[in-house]
Amino acid sequence: MNTMRLTESAVDTDIKITAKDVQVYYGDNHAIKDVSVEIQDKTVTAFIGPSGCGKSTFLRCINRMNDTIDVCRVQGDIKIDGEDIYDKRVDPVQLRAKVGMVFQKPNPFPKSIYDNVAYGPRIHGLAKNKADLDDIVERALRRGAIWNEVKDRLDAPGTGLSGGQQQRLCIARAVATEPEVLLMDEPCSALDPIATAQVEELIDELRKSYSVVIVTHSMQQAARVSQRTAFFHLGNLVEYGETGQIFTNPVDPRTENYITGRIG
Amino acid sequence: MSNPDQTPAVAKTSLLKLDARTRKRNAAETRFKAYGMIAIGMGLLMLVILVFNIVSRGTGAFQQTFVTLEVELVAAKLDKKGNRNLDDIKKVSTFGYAPLLKDAFEAKVAVAGIDTGIKPKQMAAILSKSAAAQMRDFVIANPDMIGETVAFEFLASSRVDGYLKGRVSRDSIANDKKISPEQLDFVDQLVSEGSVTKRFNMSFITGSDASDARPESAGMGVSMIGSLIMMMVVLVLALPIGVAASIYLEEFAPKNWITDIIEVNISNLAAVPSIVFGILGLAVFINYMHLPNSAPLVGGLVLTLMTLPTIIISTRASLKSVPPSIRDAALGVGASKMQSVFHHVLPLAAPGILTGTIIGLAQALGETAPLLLIGMVGFIASNPPDSIAAGLMSPNSAMPAQIYEWAKRADPAFYERAWGGIIILLVFLVSMNTIAVILRRRFERRW
Ligand SMILES: Nc1ncnc2c1ncn2[C@@H]1O[C@H](COP(=O)(O)OP(=O)(O)OP(=O)(O)O)[C@@H](O)[C@H]1O
Ligand SMILES: [Mg+2]
Repeated sequence: MNTMRLTESAVDTDIKITAKDVQVYYGDNHAIKDVSVEIQDKTVTAFIGPSGCGKSTFLRCINRMNDTIDVCRVQGDIKIDGEDIYDKRVDPVQLRAKVGMVFQKPNPFPKSIYDNVAYGPRIHGLAKNKADLDDIVERALRRGAIWNEVKDRLDAPGTGLSGGQQQRLCIARAVATEPEVLLMDEPCSALDPIATAQVEELIDELRKSYSVVIVTHSMQQAARVSQRTAFFHLGNLVEYGETGQIFTNPVDPRTENYITGRIG
Repeated sequence: MSNPDQTPAVAKTSLLKLDARTRKRNAAETRFKAYGMIAIGMGLLMLVILVFNIVSRGTGAFQQTFVTLEVELVAAKLDKKGNRNLDDIKKVSTFGYAPLLKDAFEAKVAVAGIDTGIKPKQMAAILSKSAAAQMRDFVIANPDMIGETVAFEFLASSRVDGYLKGRVSRDSIANDKKISPEQLDFVDQLVSEGSVTKRFNMSFITGSDASDARPESAGMGVSMIGSLIMMMVVLVLALPIGVAASIYLEEFAPKNWITDIIEVNISNLAAVPSIVFGILGLAVFINYMHLPNSAPLVGGLVLTLMTLPTIIISTRASLKSVPPSIRDAALGVGASKMQSVFHHVLPLAAPGILTGTIIGLAQALGETAPLLLIGMVGFIASNPPDSIAAGLMSPNSAMPAQIYEWAKRADPAFYERAWGGIIILLVFLVSMNTIAVILRRRFERRW
């Protein structure tokens, strides 16, 4: 199987996530229809599309966060490194340690800034001692582009930060556990341009080691940070390819309409 | 029809003048505020009346009339053999002590030069029936005091006590066999002489219930212990069971018709009259499981059943009020369901859970009906239990049942104690609710 994949896209980097014929239903609502996509390792993949088209839903399939929604049903295959993540033997908890997530709305724990970031490393036993943990926290906060703002008040509650700071704290929290895949659901929607630029820089840096999937409503952002882009519309994956090609020369008229601002 | 050149005439209005609509709305708002204030005022008035009533009727129970009297512990009567052998001393019953009291009064009258016109036996009758027993206990504890003259402070009989508190008057005792006007004259003389005084009575708070004949020595202490032990049982059982059940139902259980039925039934259980739990306890714990009658353990079990639905409902409500994004956040960094619940959800729900639990406990503390059914009524235990195990298993009463028992008895002296008991009960309830408020303030966090 590995060899087959290699022959398919010999020049490209490895494929990290493979989705095949994924269907998602919320009760009777068919939210994701027949989506098949291959997401590459060490690449930033952007999901774009009008509101309500299923970007978040598909993203949540990749770390099985949809399991927590009672009415949600997922069909089809999603594989990470060739392993079916919906296999009965897979523990979603272990999966989520490997596939980190930044949510659409900032959701820090009502604990101190330090504890917010340290929580993941603590439960996964990533730090050998306190100094180790301090290092992890500092590194994560630096990568989340928030270290300078909070380094003097690590004991202050994370919920006392501004919306944009909270979101960067959540990013720091997600990278602190060293996931292999990072899913980001509109991470910059509450950020000012400076913080956005910092987060984009972070995303670019994360790409060196991880596979990053980012949902965004900003075409410019998708164009700036991503190498590949997927366009969703009404639950369908309309078009998926090189970011440059999607933005300059889209194949599907719906993609073109969306990018040029005619639908959405 | 409309001419585009002509904008419709809009009447100019001044912001400084209220128009009719605004005036009407403002009037409605003022009326509504007035209704609210009237309602709150009525509530406060009722509360003031209630508190005033309770305090004015109940505080009497915390004061008691005492008679100071020097008694010669005549060796010839208390220790005939003269060898201070404790077994022999114990053989002298309270009847053997009664004559000493008469002699003591006679001596006192002679010394003080009081002219009474009543017999020493009647003088001694102003004391509580517990006086002889009090002396006997003293002598058994201090056998070497035999032969000495000791100053005792005896409880006065409930009539004398009532006389000093204004409950008993010369008119009200016209047909009373327990006390005569001459005895009251004698009491008056002793009061002016200083040996009959009214003071704070600790034994009302620490003592046990007493028989009909001596209401002056009845106290709440033992039934208070009964109540506290029951509360312990309720806390130890209802809190963990209730919280565990709520967490399971709220966070782990699948949402299907079975959990729906459970949910409906829990709400219904919360509305079941407490006497139903009482008869259930009688049937199951006493008749079927053969736990002892009147035991605080059984009372605690019954109250646990009664409190569980309250705790479950309030716990589930506080778990529900924790924003789901917190759960997502925890799961998102790879916490297990259980970790997300115990590390994040439960601490946030804790103030609500604690408040619910304390309110449930307070409810259970004031509950009377089920206790009557399992036999936890007054005058059961005359001594405080000497260990927790004994406290659980040996018959006892509880505060509200004790109050009910006193209110039922004929002697007005008991009625006064019932009001006093209410004050103690209310002090407990108010402190528990205060703790609930403080905990809530303490733990409350914003997110
Ligand atoms: N928890 C849920 N329960 C039921 N239906 C849901 C739920 N979440 C999403 N949906 C439905 O699934 C569809 C896709 O929603 P989704 O949140 O994935 O959209 P999105 O592309 O992320 O939109 P946006 O850009 O506004 O975030 C919508 O029709 C929505 O109504
Ligand atoms: Mg979304």
